[in-house]
Amino acid sequence: MDVSLASDVAPGDEAELAAFVADSAAGRRALRVIGGGTRLPFSGDGVTLTTRALRGIVTYEPGELTLIARTGTPLDEIEATLAAQGQALAFEPMDHRVLLGGSGTPTIGGVVAANVCGPRRVQAGAARDHLLGVRFVDGQGRVIKNGGRVMKNVTGMDLGKLLAGSFGTLGVLTQVALKTLPVAESRLTLAFPDVSARQAVEIFCAALGTPCEVSGAAFLNGTAWLRIEGLAGQVAHRRDRLAALLRGRPVEVLDDAATRGLWRDLRDVRYFADVAGAVWRIVVKPTDAPAVLDALAPLGGRSSLDWGGGLIWHVGPGGADAVRRAVRQAAAAGHATLVRGDPAADGPVFQPQPAGVAALSAAMRRTFDPAGILNPGLMAG
Amino acid sequence: MSTIAMPAPDQDIIARKDEIVAALAAVLPADAVIFDPEETRAYECDALTAYRCPPLAVVLPRSTAEVAAAMGVCHRMGVKVVPRGAATSLAGGALPTADSAIIGTMRLREVLEIDTANRFIRVQSGVTNLSVSAELEPEGFFYAPDPSSQLACTIAGNIGMNSGGAHCLKYGVTTNNLMGVTLVLATGEIVELGGPEPGAAGLDLVGLICGSEGQLGIVTEATLRILPRPEGARPMLIGFDSAEVAGECVARIIRSGVLPVAIEYMDDVCLRAVEAFVHAGYPDCTAVLIVEVEGSEAEIADQTARIQAIAADLNPVEFRPSRTEAESLAIWKGRKSAFGAMGRIGDYLCLDGTVPVSQLPFTLRRIGEMSKEHGLEVANVFHAGDGNMHPLILFDANTPGDLERAEAFGAEVLRLCVEVGGCLTGEHGVGIEKRDLMRRQYSPDDMAIQMEVKTAFDPGWLLNPAKVFPLDESRLFREGAARWT
Repeated sequence: MDVSLASDVAPGDEAELAAFVADSAAGRRALRVIGGGTRLPFSGDGVTLTTRALRGIVTYEPGELTLIARTGTPLDEIEATLAAQGQALAFEPMDHRVLLGGSGTPTIGGVVAANVCGPRRVQAGAARDHLLGVRFVDGQGRVIKNGGRVMKNVTGMDLGKLLAGSFGTLGVLTQVALKTLPVAESRLTLAFPDVSARQAVEIFCAALGTPCEVSGAAFLNGTAWLRIEGLAGQVAHRRDRLAALLRGRPVEVLDDAATRGLWRDLRDVRYFADVAGAVWRIVVKPTDAPAVLDALAPLGGRSSLDWGGGLIWHVGPGGADAVRRAVRQAAAAGHATLVRGDPAADGPVFQPQPAGVAALSAAMRRTFDPAGILNPGLMAG
Repeated sequence: MSTIAMPAPDQDIIARKDEIVAALAAVLPADAVIFDPEETRAYECDALTAYRCPPLAVVLPRSTAEVAAAMGVCHRMGVKVVPRGAATSLAGGALPTADSAIIGTMRLREVLEIDTANRFIRVQSGVTNLSVSAELEPEGFFYAPDPSSQLACTIAGNIGMNSGGAHCLKYGVTTNNLMGVTLVLATGEIVELGGPEPGAAGLDLVGLICGSEGQLGIVTEATLRILPRPEGARPMLIGFDSAEVAGECVARIIRSGVLPVAIEYMDDVCLRAVEAFVHAGYPDCTAVLIVEVEGSEAEIADQTARIQAIAADLNPVEFRPSRTEAESLAIWKGRKSAFGAMGRIGDYLCLDGTVPVSQLPFTLRRIGEMSKEHGLEVANVFHAGDGNMHPLILFDANTPGDLERAEAFGAEVLRLCVEVGGCLTGEHGVGIEKRDLMRRQYSPDDMAIQMEVKTAFDPGWLLNPAKVFPLDESRLFREGAARWT
């Protein structure tokens, strides 16, 4: 394939993609691996290789909660197909375009490669928890499959987990099998106005410690929200139980439609889209979150909480060193990733890891990509 | 009689036994190293008892530091290591070789931290699965993965095999409930992966370790996600005259939006054995489903009514919802005694393939046909909601050739599982049992990259080296590693 003329390379099938990667490995040609290119604002060096031409749903079996799709399939197409059967991707992948701008089309491959999730992570986990199997091309151009299409599978090593969240540094995903789930019949939100971050996390810990299957727990601008989903009767029961548990706190109830809109905006961090500054995604133990917010406050900017306190979104002027120092000061464990900003000024994008873990990660990079051509420079590689 | 071969042991290592034992004893408490052949014999097999071999030595450390010290000695002296939890593996995952040292986690029994506000528990890996939930019960929490060996099996083994259980349709398997591990590498180096925060930075190494069958290191401590106990749970029993219709009922329940915590399936062979054994009062029919739902009384009633409506369209022989705790126990009694009931009839081989739920009826029909062809009876009892089948092939261990015939039948069933889009093993692991069948599911490249991952963690191929991968495929790696060390 003549790459000198093309602005990017978009193979139409897996074999063509594998041949291109093999050729790139032989020539030590660095590749910038993307799906729709909507999730990372940082462009490394090299020829852009996109999976966007690997399109199409291969199998969808609503009765067994399984979807198999080529990785370039637009996320919209997948969500519409599932919605027609009353199902969805339960991990609620956020749309990074709201924060980052850009006009690309999010792909299902990008969702897996970036291990995207949303507010429902507290209950349903992230993309990796719903990934049943993968096909990918490794850094030598070998086509590899791992896992399958069934929920219980312990046949050999689980390389899918490693590929999910590897941002294209271990291989180019060509096909993914995902677990789907029925969309809840009914939903509502309990809103607790005029609370501090500390009070919000107390509410979250209490609510998430009940069997009410709270599927969202977020805090912004002095309001804490809890989302409840389920069968209609379940939602009513859980609303009453949580209201009783948190008695004494003023509470407002948002209906189904308002709940859908609110959590879509929370998922996409829409409220920080127009706020200037670098955007950080900080993951901590939930009860450490209020102290981390205190430590971030002197840097300026604004913060919100999701995942019951386990996720802090922070927008502001602080660079990587200042933000990560604040997290270290206030939290026993945690890490900060730059989601929007200038990596040269604000980075590094990914938090540097302890030596032992970094050595294992580097060994995985060399194993999957001995020539070092897949997204070099990304993820401390 | 054994049809699964292990590599010839390294005679040089066996000859150096005294030296190796002395080196282990020098870094460990006296009672932590077992080397008397009378005592090591107790460690000669796991729950795949047809295969036995006493190890060179057994090490039973009480701390991460002791595991690291033992691993360091084995690494320095080139001794193979077989990690062992409670040895409940049905796949030979903990089978030793004569030139190997077992490092067991059974004395790593401490609960280190319970944090209900952040919803995790941190334990040493030798605690049993059931004791984790028992620790959490006063707090109103539980640990979701519940393999049927949960009374005995350890968290270390659960992580090694990515164990499932009856309730994974709703709660997932071990990998969905594991937040972090302390891992001792083949060199004896200790690394911390993940932790109490939701999602570790960088590559998902915790996800890689889970289910790696002791190929990459030994997990000594684990941070586990815990869940609030549901308000209540109630099963219902649904009987059908046809396996196909029972399979259709499973698919319709799943599609409907009701997400039961468990859907269990038992066929007529199993039902008859169970009736004879415990008189559970099950209907005399072709297939029984046990469906369990959770929640408050009102929630349970709502979900039960919805499932009843779905079942009614399929003309069940019987629909029996539990209304009391006693009725719940009666419904579960037969299912829980199914393996014991089958054992009363004779010896059996328990398979563990998974198929897509839509392929359940076809797969059951084919297994029935194969049963006639092989002249061996088979009973089906399994987790239907996730397609994880456990056909039990009945044979007589005292009849020469019967085990081999059962193994051949079993291999054919597992090939069928792969052909219809499923896999060889849903929760028991590959071990030695399904090692050679890996070729049916994976291409040479698919296996090569897994073995390359192992090499990156364990360049000397000292950790559980003759497991998971067919010996022919792993030979170059093992021999290359031998030269490397």
